[in-house]
Amino acid sequence: MQEIPASFWTLLAGIVVTAISFWVGQNHGLFPEQASNQAPLVDGFFNFMFTIAVAFFLVVQGAIVVFIIRYRRRPGDDADGSSVRENLPLEILWTAIPAIIVIGLGVYSVDVYRDMGGLPSSGMMMAHHHSRGSALAAPLEVQTSPALTATTYGLGGAPMAEENHTPDLTVNVTGLQFAWIFNYANQQVTAGELHVPRGQDVLLKMTANDVIHSFWVPQFRIKQDVFPGQFTELRFIATKTGEFPVVCAELCGSYHGGMRTRVIVQEPADFERWLTESQVAQASGQTVAQATPSTLLTSYAQDLGITQETLAQLPH
Amino acid sequence: MTPAQIPVQTLVPQGEHPPAWKWYDYFTFNIDHKVIGIQYLVLAFLSYLVGGVMALGMRAELYTPDSDFLAPAVYNALLTNHGTIMIFFWVVPAAIGGFGNFLIPLMIGARDMAFPKLNAIAFWLNPPAAILLMTSLFFGGSQSGWTAYPPLSLITASHAQSLWILSIILVGTSSILGSLNFVITIWKMRVPSMKLDEVPLFCWAMLATSILALFSTPVLAIGLTLLFFDINFGTSFFRPEAGGDVVMYQHLFWFYSHPAVYLMILPIFGIMSEVIPVHARRPIFGYKAIAYSSLAICVVGLFVWVHHMFSSGTPPWMRLFFTVSTLLVAVPTGVKIFGWVATLWGGKIRFTTAMLFAIGMLSMFVVGGLSGVTLGAPAFDLHVHDTYYIVGHFHYVLFGGSVFGLYAGIYHWFPKITGRMLNEPLGRLHFAMTFVGTHLTFLPMHELGMKGMPRRVAMYDPQFEFLNHLCTFGAILLGLSVLPLLINAIWSWSRGPKAGDNPWRALSLEWTTSSPPLVENWPVLPVVTVGPYDYGTKESS
Ligand SMILES: [Cu+2]
Repeated sequence: MQEIPASFWTLLAGIVVTAISFWVGQNHGLFPEQASNQAPLVDGFFNFMFTIAVAFFLVVQGAIVVFIIRYRRRPGDDADGSSVRENLPLEILWTAIPAIIVIGLGVYSVDVYRDMGGLPSSGMMMAHHHSRGSALAAPLEVQTSPALTATTYGLGGAPMAEENHTPDLTVNVTGLQFAWIFNYANQQVTAGELHVPRGQDVLLKMTANDVIHSFWVPQFRIKQDVFPGQFTELRFIATKTGEFPVVCAELCGSYHGGMRTRVIVQEPADFERWLTESQVAQASGQTVAQATPSTLLTSYAQDLGITQETLAQLPH
Repeated sequence: MTPAQIPVQTLVPQGEHPPAWKWYDYFTFNIDHKVIGIQYLVLAFLSYLVGGVMALGMRAELYTPDSDFLAPAVYNALLTNHGTIMIFFWVVPAAIGGFGNFLIPLMIGARDMAFPKLNAIAFWLNPPAAILLMTSLFFGGSQSGWTAYPPLSLITASHAQSLWILSIILVGTSSILGSLNFVITIWKMRVPSMKLDEVPLFCWAMLATSILALFSTPVLAIGLTLLFFDINFGTSFFRPEAGGDVVMYQHLFWFYSHPAVYLMILPIFGIMSEVIPVHARRPIFGYKAIAYSSLAICVVGLFVWVHHMFSSGTPPWMRLFFTVSTLLVAVPTGVKIFGWVATLWGGKIRFTTAMLFAIGMLSMFVVGGLSGVTLGAPAFDLHVHDTYYIVGHFHYVLFGGSVFGLYAGIYHWFPKITGRMLNEPLGRLHFAMTFVGTHLTFLPMHELGMKGMPRRVAMYDPQFEFLNHLCTFGAILLGLSVLPLLINAIWSWSRGPKAGDNPWRALSLEWTTSSPPLVENWPVLPVVTVGPYDYGTKESS
């Protein structure tokens, strides 16, 4: 019987590794649904990285398994193994290949990051304006002060937006232990849940009352820390109607895990209706707490220290 | 391999030391590097058990979505102190203080470290630091995470936070003193017959580690000192309401704490490079590449800290610069991994427990390294930052990597340290439980994070319950896995079969003396006649 040449096995292994990597890279099912314009970009980038990672994983783990089986010590054999110490071409190869891959990844990642709105071309977000000092003594006031227009770090300039395109909707977001407050300043509406119209360019101007929080919507794939005395922002276009969780992702105290609410993406007409209804309700004196009953933390309400007074202080 | 007759050099005049140390010597201010190494290892292992119990408490809480097992503040105290203990009181002191002190003089043919008294002082800063940390638990425990970000750290459990800071500054000082000693010892105290390319790779790794610690630890000390002032003396370096800069703290913290990750893995890389060749009966593949890649990781590792802050207050140029530097770290790390895999090629692998853990480390570390690359760029990192994906990633690196490496080191050098062999079947049981437990605990965490579960939470969305069950089962298995090791170590230390000088037939210098080594290591300093990795060559047979 003739022996099958080693090159055939190498080729076969290469094909199998490639096929598995591509399949896993596309079908891992690890992401939640995509609900923003950034989500497909992030997922595409991750799938690309994951494909390469799976290939590396299979090659290295495969080599380990093959070697420990093939080169195991046989009983009674106390001799040493091969004395080969180096192989320069091989070492150059396994330095160069990862180097090329990570440089490629780096370039690709910048591209994706720009498409996500991370690198606005205009002056937007480049004004590294820290709102500090006197304005900070009363962070609640800042929301309605001119400082609001000073932009700062974050993910802004949604890709579909034209240069210097102003967002369709701006929402002021305040994080506090342990809740999110959403303030639609132009419409005089304050809510405990974020309502946004589908397909429109939304800008969140975010700050915190007490400690650092982090605004994250897993279905949007975007996250930005929220600081006391400083503004950060997030800009996105929601692409799917529905309700998605808003999660605080920065340790902010005992009930950090309970600092969750929802973002409700509605068709623009439904959104307008909600806005109008809320305007009427809040003009007639209902508090935020009444308007947005939070079921999540009711059992902890006493420990939380969020009282009607706290909420009443917030801008309406 | 008979050492040639060269004049006996003694650091301490002959006759001042007893022939062997008694048990109570290990509880005293002893300047023998081997005693200090054992002191570090034992204290670190006890800390590991405490930190492990804390982790089990957290996993019990996370078995259900609601906060129903622990008070939320207690949960936060556990997560903070689990991280603190595992980093500052287990992996760093065990790898650097423990193995570093015990092995380096033995590996380079020295009778002790360059500054033995300083070495003992460095160790004895650790017990008071541990006491301070334990005391802080009676004041509610520090609850702001091991990162201690202000303003949360300024307004939560101030007494505990202050004690925590003092504790970390003490271990940081210990680390600086220890590192200084290592650099000078490795550089100056090699036995004259040892050429630079015959220095064991563990020593190269420790040199890189020490340089990194010397550069980065003072910055952490500064950050924490300022935080301490803010809490106790009314300053406002990090108080936003008084113009302080909270993001500046994050820079100071991560300038140290990213290198801290390398402090926890570079010595382990060194252990890997020692254990694998011995049990594979092969020279290490690419000695120079592995030695230089440690230094490369050390240099690049100083410039990657902002990747912990991609979602923080960082401008776009910063996010991009640190993307590139972070991704570049993968290259020297890959060189090491490929070198170890190639060392397996053509060997005659003996599956001792030490080797099982070394191969296990290699396999686990590949997973942690690859998930680390995916985190290098903000495009994906922004989604999973501060989620369970991160928790999964760094436990593959620090548990699958560092702890597996420490286990490999323990099984490999236990005969040298104690003069007795560990029991192999119990060792294999320990390995099997640890290997399965690690994957079961930490693999599901990646999916949890990507699907939307943030880290450091005591309560979570019920949709994540099933995967959290898996993690908790894995954690229970990991908790139990320590038992075979404990039983094995305690039993074998007094009753295990005698090891002899060189049970593994290894070539590095620590195996040329008795087990346990004499008080001044050798009656006559050894002469290097064979390189530490010359397996399979004529000289070694
Ligand atoms: Cu929060």
